[in-house]
Amino acid sequence: MGERIQLTVNGALREIEASSDTPLLYALRNDLALKGTRFGCGSGQCGACFVLIDGHPTPACDTPLWSVADKDIVTVEGLGAGGALHPLQTAFVAEQAAQCGYCTSGILISAAALLAKNPRPTEREVREALDRNLCRCGSHNRVVRAVLRAAQE
Amino acid sequence: MNTVAETRLTRPGSLEKNPRLSQWLRVHRDGTVSIYSGKVEIGQGILTALAQIAAEELGIAVERIRMVPADTAVSPDEGVTSGSLSIQDSGAALRRACAQARAVLLASAAARLAVSTRDVQVADGVVRAGGRSTSFWECADEALFDREIDDTAALRSPGDYRVVGKPTPRRDLPDKIAGQPRFIQDMALPGMLYGRIVRPPHNFAGLISLDDSKVKSMPGLAAIVRDGAFVGVLAEREDVAISVQRALRLAASWREADPPPRDVHAWLKEHAAEHRVISEKGNAGARSRATKTLEASFTKPYLSHASIGPSCAIARIDDGKLMVWSHSQGIFNLRRDLALALGMREDAVVVRHVEGAGCYGHNGADDAALDAALLARAAGGRPVQVQWMRDDEFAWAPCGPAMALNLRAALDAHGDIVDWEHELWSNGHSSRPGRGDSPALLAAWHLTSPHERPSAINMPLPAGAADRNAIPIYDFPNQRVVNHYVRAMPVRTSALRSLGAYANVFAIESFMDELAQAAGIDPIAFRLRHLKDPRGRAVMEAAARRAEWSRWKSTEGRGHGIGFARYKNMGAYCAAVAEVEVGRDVRVDRLILAVDVGLVINPDGVINQIEGGAIQSTSWTLKEQVKLGARGIASLGWEDYPILKFSEAPPVEVELASHPELPAVGAGEAAQGPTAAAIANAVAHALGLRVRDLPLTHERIAAAISQST
Ligand code: FES
Ligand code: FES
Repeated sequence: MGERIQLTVNGALREIEASSDTPLLYALRNDLALKGTRFGCGSGQCGACFVLIDGHPTPACDTPLWSVADKDIVTVEGLGAGGALHPLQTAFVAEQAAQCGYCTSGILISAAALLAKNPRPTEREVREALDRNLCRCGSHNRVVRAVLRAAQE
Repeated sequence: MNTVAETRLTRPGSLEKNPRLSQWLRVHRDGTVSIYSGKVEIGQGILTALAQIAAEELGIAVERIRMVPADTAVSPDEGVTSGSLSIQDSGAALRRACAQARAVLLASAAARLAVSTRDVQVADGVVRAGGRSTSFWECADEALFDREIDDTAALRSPGDYRVVGKPTPRRDLPDKIAGQPRFIQDMALPGMLYGRIVRPPHNFAGLISLDDSKVKSMPGLAAIVRDGAFVGVLAEREDVAISVQRALRLAASWREADPPPRDVHAWLKEHAAEHRVISEKGNAGARSRATKTLEASFTKPYLSHASIGPSCAIARIDDGKLMVWSHSQGIFNLRRDLALALGMREDAVVVRHVEGAGCYGHNGADDAALDAALLARAAGGRPVQVQWMRDDEFAWAPCGPAMALNLRAALDAHGDIVDWEHELWSNGHSSRPGRGDSPALLAAWHLTSPHERPSAINMPLPAGAADRNAIPIYDFPNQRVVNHYVRAMPVRTSALRSLGAYANVFAIESFMDELAQAAGIDPIAFRLRHLKDPRGRAVMEAAARRAEWSRWKSTEGRGHGIGFARYKNMGAYCAAVAEVEVGRDVRVDRLILAVDVGLVINPDGVINQIEGGAIQSTSWTLKEQVKLGARGIASLGWEDYPILKFSEAPPVEVELASHPELPAVGAGEAAQGPTAAAIANAVAHALGLRVRDLPLTHERIAAAISQST
């Protein structure tokens, strides 16, 4: 309990006091007030809490703090450069690619990871890359259109 | 001119309950207008549509509108945000309120300029006459709106609309896409404690013992709250609250409850408490022409709302007053039941709406609010946030009811339906708060002095609930429709998007295809020969055209199908065509939906709702069923309750009819029934045999094949 833990989040070194077993999700949301990473299932099954860890989309709900001490963590708030929106986020607004938007942060993270390694994905590749993200509202097609749009820009 | 009496008759209900102009809007000096609606944003885009309506009647830019989150202290009471009624209720009320507000503001501006209202020009709130000008904002004065809404102001004619009918970006999406705090889950009040509820993820009849010795000394634990079988924890850190919750779950022993029935559908048919004939039509001559009779039974399982964000609430008790933040769909109803459960006066409780994840009906939102209030009693004035975990939500939120349906119909020699019978068995489709003598809130039933759990009820026709859309829209000379209401509830049930319409339309439209086949007539032509309603015919024809229905080429394992309904038989028309491929599983390749919602407020909003409804219905239809075990609900995580994934979601094409002259109706629940039926009919077309039990999984199809051989 109460160890000092250093984390690199969105390019900045941050220090918090928590047990090293704490899931990253709660450190981000509560200690660092980065609320864009959301709780959905707590067991790596829905994608709502995805963050990039060294570039890989990873469930923050299932990731203890001790495992990310020397890793580079990027949350939805840090996707864009210098506080601007990421092209994916602009495309999501343009396509109105959400209904409730609760799944959106995690989807943006998966999509950003995809575009980083495959800047011109096919529709099928986009769908497959997002299969670990659940959306209950049925915004799937708009989301896919938005990701393809971002890839074109 | 219409008489006043006539206008009164068509007056929106929301105005009857909230008749003062000041209840609906406030004009500010800074050039903005606050709009108060009792309806809440649940991801359906209602706040955007209502802002459009308000801007239109006020004649100002939509950017000037601020939508005030619903709050029992300041908002008009408009009941529950449900049933696709928000545009009809709140939209119609706001339209009149804003038209009158504009007239009042214009009169005040004209008086200021010392001219007659006939001699002013007005644009975006700025009022000019003879070289001088003032504005709505300068005229803003609380006293101005302190009057009854009298329905005398002229409403803008739909032909002149500039904001309504234009695709308008959703006001809430920029925040949500930027990852900004917006949801109740994201709220962090100063001094807030984190709460979790220690409920077992299964039914129980009581708490036998709870050994808290192992967790009592955990650093950061603020309190363990126990009242009867209700147990909750409060902690300074969220992760600590979760650890204690888990440990206490293991340390508790629960008295077992009776197991649910093994065959729910058979059980429903044996346990009906009321039998109501809801439609009966007789024509002996027509009946005597019957040459062929068909019969079929259909079933629909329990479905979970399965929101991606489990329920959450915040509560604070300060000086005997309870303040609750909730993503409830009915804040006034929730306030009433909270007061009832806590033994408080209603005026000592305020409930404010904060957005949550999509709920699709009555999920755990209201229950979480009582949980938070109960924990707040032990928090010494600090605010408490309760977050349900995934298994809390699956195990404890109400389910959409299971249903069983029997249909029977007779054809004459020409292939016309001369007799029709539809019977359905179901629990009630609503156990929302605010309607009974006992609070409809989960924790209330587990307290030391427990309240009785109310049974789910059905709202009456014409909207109906279990029997929603059970009365066929087609014209049959003989028909009989019976609703068998089952009061006892093996599983807690309540409203899930479209209520009984999903199962009724699935059954009716599946059966229409069976009859068309027996008559040797194309399914669409067969429907059209039984349907007089011109708007219904138009959407069916539009869907068929877009899908190039008559040019379909059959190939092995592929099929197409149609489904059609008018939601509640008085709302939106929707025809769906599905194209599927049946391999091991069913894959939907394409969905085409033609929709008529009357006047369209926000075309992109309607299309978004229809697309979402169609995809959600595809998920229900192909994959979803709540599994039951000896201890109740056994689907506790996404692995036991799979939903449609990105790679499985079909492309959806939407055709929107344009009818600016007709009243606007909601779109959120129009697509579910027709989509299910279209898929089922396409599967039957592909396979040459029919699956009548939802969902249309691999196992179901395999069973149907083995039964047919
Ligand atoms: S909350 Fe982490 S994957 Fe669902
Ligand atoms: S937009 Fe609501 S869950 Fe995806």
